[in-house]
Amino acid sequence: MKDDFLVFDHVTKRFGALTAVDDVSLTIKKGEFFSLLGPSGCGKTTLLRMLGGFERPDSGRIYLEGNDITDLPPNQRRVHTVFQNYALFPTMTIWDNIAFSLKLAKRPKGEIEEKVDSILSMIQMSEHAWKHPNQLSGGQKQRVAIARALVDRPQVLLLDEPLAALDLKLRQHMLIELDAIHDQVGITFMYVTHDQGEAMSLSDRIAVINYGKVEQLDVPAKIYEAPASRFVASFIGDTNFFSGTIDSIDGDYCTIQCEGFPAIKAYNDKNLAVGQRVDLSVRPEKIRVTLNPPLPEKGAGINVFASTVQDIVYQGVYTKYWIKSGSFRISAFKPHSRFLLDQEAITWNDNVFLWWHPDDGYMVEVK
Amino acid sequence: MKDSAKPSRAEWLVTLPSFVWLMLFFAIPALIVLAFTFHGHTANGGVGEWSFSTWRELVDPDYPTIVWKTIRVSFEVTAWCILLALPCAYAIARLPKRWRAIVAGSIMLPFWTSFVVRVFAWKTMLHPDGWLQTCYHAYLHFKYWLCAWVPGMHVPTAGVGQANDCLIGIAGCAIDAARTTIIDSEVAVVLVSVYSFLPFAIMPIYTAAEKFDFSLLEAARDLGAKNFYAFRKIFIPGIWQGIVSAVLMVFIPAIGSYVIPQMLGGTDCILIGNKIFMRAMQNRNIPHASALATLMAVSVFVPMGIAMWWKKRQAARDRKRLEVRTAQLVATGGMG
Repeated sequence: MKDDFLVFDHVTKRFGALTAVDDVSLTIKKGEFFSLLGPSGCGKTTLLRMLGGFERPDSGRIYLEGNDITDLPPNQRRVHTVFQNYALFPTMTIWDNIAFSLKLAKRPKGEIEEKVDSILSMIQMSEHAWKHPNQLSGGQKQRVAIARALVDRPQVLLLDEPLAALDLKLRQHMLIELDAIHDQVGITFMYVTHDQGEAMSLSDRIAVINYGKVEQLDVPAKIYEAPASRFVASFIGDTNFFSGTIDSIDGDYCTIQCEGFPAIKAYNDKNLAVGQRVDLSVRPEKIRVTLNPPLPEKGAGINVFASTVQDIVYQGVYTKYWIKSGSFRISAFKPHSRFLLDQEAITWNDNVFLWWHPDDGYMVEVK
Repeated sequence: MKDSAKPSRAEWLVTLPSFVWLMLFFAIPALIVLAFTFHGHTANGGVGEWSFSTWRELVDPDYPTIVWKTIRVSFEVTAWCILLALPCAYAIARLPKRWRAIVAGSIMLPFWTSFVVRVFAWKTMLHPDGWLQTCYHAYLHFKYWLCAWVPGMHVPTAGVGQANDCLIGIAGCAIDAARTTIIDSEVAVVLVSVYSFLPFAIMPIYTAAEKFDFSLLEAARDLGAKNFYAFRKIFIPGIWQGIVSAVLMVFIPAIGSYVIPQMLGGTDCILIGNKIFMRAMQNRNIPHASALATLMAVSVFVPMGIAMWWKKRQAARDRKRLEVRTAQLVATGGMG
């Protein structure tokens, strides 16, 4: 385990009565873009700060390339942080901000100039080199903060919600840029965010954290399609939950009986037995909403439920329907397409059919 | 603030009272003082005819020494105040918000007592029979004892004089009690001045430090800086304006200080303030006192003005150089 690039080994951190990080073990690969994703106060920033050296764990060790760095002060680790508020030095020029770590390391003057100039042109900020941070826009400050942390090629770059302060368009732009920078420098990135979209689009792997514990560690698609817990399923994206008992088993599939809802067919990937309780998660975009039932040859073996439209929320890319079915209120997304405009539009109080394939449900929790 | 170049009527109205105040009670009196220096004085303490006699009288060999001493003592006091105020202000600014107001408030607490009373209290504390004096002697004894024991160290023999004034150190070295009292010496003046002016140094630095973003220190450490380096390179420049105000708040009253040297300086520490007081009140020579005040002001403000001009020129040069460098960078950096 110690041979891995970066290892959190049973790390625990308490603040008074609160356990911010609870016995977390993680292994991060070299060059990976790794995200810590969770709601605010879940302990993800504490994990990052322990890696940066700003907090010391109460128990457990942290290893970087085989060396125990748990007790090293921040200035003795080759781990740099991009802070949420950028923390650029306001009394220094952009150039001096970026040169800070190189000057501290007492590198030769020519080398400093070459490295700073080249990273400045990489982030396309050469003409701003002699400005002060307060003369820059949010996105520019962000790029300088990244350049300052990257210029002396740390072993790990920590990013603490770096895009939180930017507006939506700029955030989308910086996402692409961050990804490009990561590809260019090949340094391990550790990214903390509460925004599942950011984590999904950037990360090689994501650790979903809740109450100081790792709920799931996997690649983005697995986190989304096969959430390990009810929390993960609801925190990442929207979903509908059906809690019930397994009623019958038919090969790879089973039937789940929920209170106030007809029986649901689902893929029994966990090989559960009759009588076991499960939570079934069905994502809104996997549910189809139509005025007519599916054609019989299509409808065989899939879940079809007659229901009533309660609410419609138009969201541009898709329309979100809130649909009453049994005692459940189910959300479903329907994308728009001019191709299907001749279809009759669905409106409030329409009687509609909900349907989805058993493979599109995922059983998240076994009680 | 639509057009900052052209002050509006409202701005004029707001500025007017302070302008009138400064004219009436600062600018005009200062000019009167300057005018007095070109007058002689009359026997009954009045201001005489126009003449250069006062300036001619000023060629006293004592004055340059006193002016120099005043500047030196003021510098010392300012340096100590800033040195003490920096960690103090830093510590207060890092306290939880609730505590900051309490601690900052308690720094101002001594101001509820009269300044003269506080200086007088020091007189008691520094009395040759007072406990601070005893401590000071104990310290001197320790130092001499140490000197005798550490091989190769020079044993100070200063103050071997009248036997009745001598204390005999453990190492057998004589310490002259009369020459090593704190009171009536420059040490006392510096000590009590630092005590008196310290709040004026802490307050502006604290105000600047409170606004300082301490996550910058974390960022500096993250990039490899040791604590003290981060303090020196990030914190100090970050609160520079506060330090400048603190220097002015301490240095200016220190230059004009006369109560403290009067009560605690004895003959060892007569400063320009005491001389001005002496000329104005005892010799009843107002023009002479005015000339001394002018001399003091000139000897402070002229070097200060030169320094400021130099700094401004330096800044303009730096800006020019940066512009050239930027132009070069953009030209060679392959900007899209």
